Amino acid sequence: MKRRTRHTKSHVMLGLTYVAALIATLPLLLILVHLLSEGAKYIRPSFFTEMPRPIGEPGGGMANAIVGTLILISIASVIGLPVGIGAGLFLAEKRGSTLATVVRFLSDVLNGLPSIVLGIFAWQFLVRPVGHFSALAGGMALGAMMIPLVTRTTEEMIRLVPVSLRESALALGYTRWRTSLTIVLRTALPGIVTGALVAIARIAGETAPLLFTALGNQFWSTSLKGPIAALPLQIFTYAITPYDTAHGQAWAGAVVLIVVVLIISLLARFATRSRFGLGAD
Amino acid sequence: MPAVADPEPVAAPLQVAESPRAPPLLETKRLNAYFGEARVLRNITAEIQDREITAVIGPSGCGKSTLLRCLNRMHETAPGASVEGDVTLDGMSIYKGDLSAIAVRRHVGMVFQRPTPFPTMSIRDNVVAGLRILGRDGPSRAEADAIAEESLKRCGLWTEVEDRLRESALALSGGQQQRLCIARALATQPRVLLLDEPTASLDPLSTQTIEELVHELRKEITVIIVTHNMQQAARVSDRTAFMLAGELIEIASTNSIFTNPKDSRTEAYVTGRFG
Repeated sequence: MKRRTRHTKSHVMLGLTYVAALIATLPLLLILVHLLSEGAKYIRPSFFTEMPRPIGEPGGGMANAIVGTLILISIASVIGLPVGIGAGLFLAEKRGSTLATVVRFLSDVLNGLPSIVLGIFAWQFLVRPVGHFSALAGGMALGAMMIPLVTRTTEEMIRLVPVSLRESALALGYTRWRTSLTIVLRTALPGIVTGALVAIARIAGETAPLLFTALGNQFWSTSLKGPIAALPLQIFTYAITPYDTAHGQAWAGAVVLIVVVLIISLLARFATRSRFGLGAD
Repeated sequence: MPAVADPEPVAAPLQVAESPRAPPLLETKRLNAYFGEARVLRNITAEIQDREITAVIGPSGCGKSTLLRCLNRMHETAPGASVEGDVTLDGMSIYKGDLSAIAVRRHVGMVFQRPTPFPTMSIRDNVVAGLRILGRDGPSRAEADAIAEESLKRCGLWTEVEDRLRESALALSGGQQQRLCIARALATQPRVLLLDEPTASLDPLSTQTIEELVHELRKEITVIIVTHNMQQAARVSDRTAFMLAGELIEIASTNSIFTNPKDSRTEAYVTGRFG
């Protein structure tokens, strides 16, 4: 008798975890279905090649916003990746030191900082002194967002590298820095690449830090010094208009954005499957 | 420190009276090692001759591995670790002289308990990993290939891997990986090879292969092997050192350690009464 209750309990609990797992993926599924049903019909070749039309006028594309987002991601990566990976290496190598503990804590705080706060801060120090919005300020704000993400994943990945591997290199006469760079960092590389790509996917869709920095631009601009268009900003601009055609463009922009993020995530998974090196999720 | 081995009064271990020997290749002088405040090696004084195999035995935690790691200055890489006393290699102090830790480690190679092939490198690159850091002073590509081949041959691994030198070292079995690590340590042509329980993670057959390899190496190089396995010590070594609680109790020919130990604690250990 007891045994039967135990089995029933087990099955109920197992069932509940299935339900929870299903609910966890539900938002993404709903979003994807809805986005595609609303936005798919607006995705034509012209969406990628043409400029946005004046609001209210149907047609046009988001060529400038797509290019703008790529530029912003590049600036952010140039800042976020080296600093983040360097800091992660430091945290992993000096894990016990006071400085490492402080840096790790602050990095977690920065990670949890609302992105709008980061945006206002970037406006205060990167936009206001210069007197105008700029792609550079936007990219730097996104880069600052990337740093803690990359730092922490890099640290985790490096800590997965066995101590014995590090010792083997030292025992061969490797210097400490050489061991870190050529053995430890290289062994952890697939994991670090994954972390970097996840961070890029994360910031690609950020809107808040860009509102006060990159601002958005209805025209073609690749200048780092001027305001630049970005997909999330363009979606926002279109979504708050009262026109259905503009809404359609916004949906289409959202589809493109999500596809970009999806591709980056797939690349990240692919990077972990490297033949040499530690794979890590 | 002068390069002359000064005959200090040797405080510790019971030495078996032996015929006059050549000056030792490796010598520890009142070596003490610490982790923070904890003293894990106590006044170790010992001599190791060139081209001899010395086994270090003793119960877990007695300081065997620490002693080994003091001989190539790996001990100091652990946080809070420190060393007192001295170790000389060919009469030169490895702690107090001009030798850097890096240089010491190039002369005194080491292989660890678990095989540690570098996972990002191919089999061939693993073997010559220790040469690559020499940069321009190092061997050319062709020379490195030759050294890799020679080292792999010395470890009896060449025929098993010659057609997959470019493949990942992780594809090898545990025993093969361990022999690869020995080949990697040999490629830099060290005077001394330290083996820290090299067969502890291997199956009996791989263990046998490694033991045969160690036996072969005696002709060319000085080997110090830490082992938990007394039969292994008896099988492979010329001399055996018995350690207990950070002290070197006795070092003598393997035969006399196992058949006629001078110290009652050694006798108790080798006859299996404790440990």
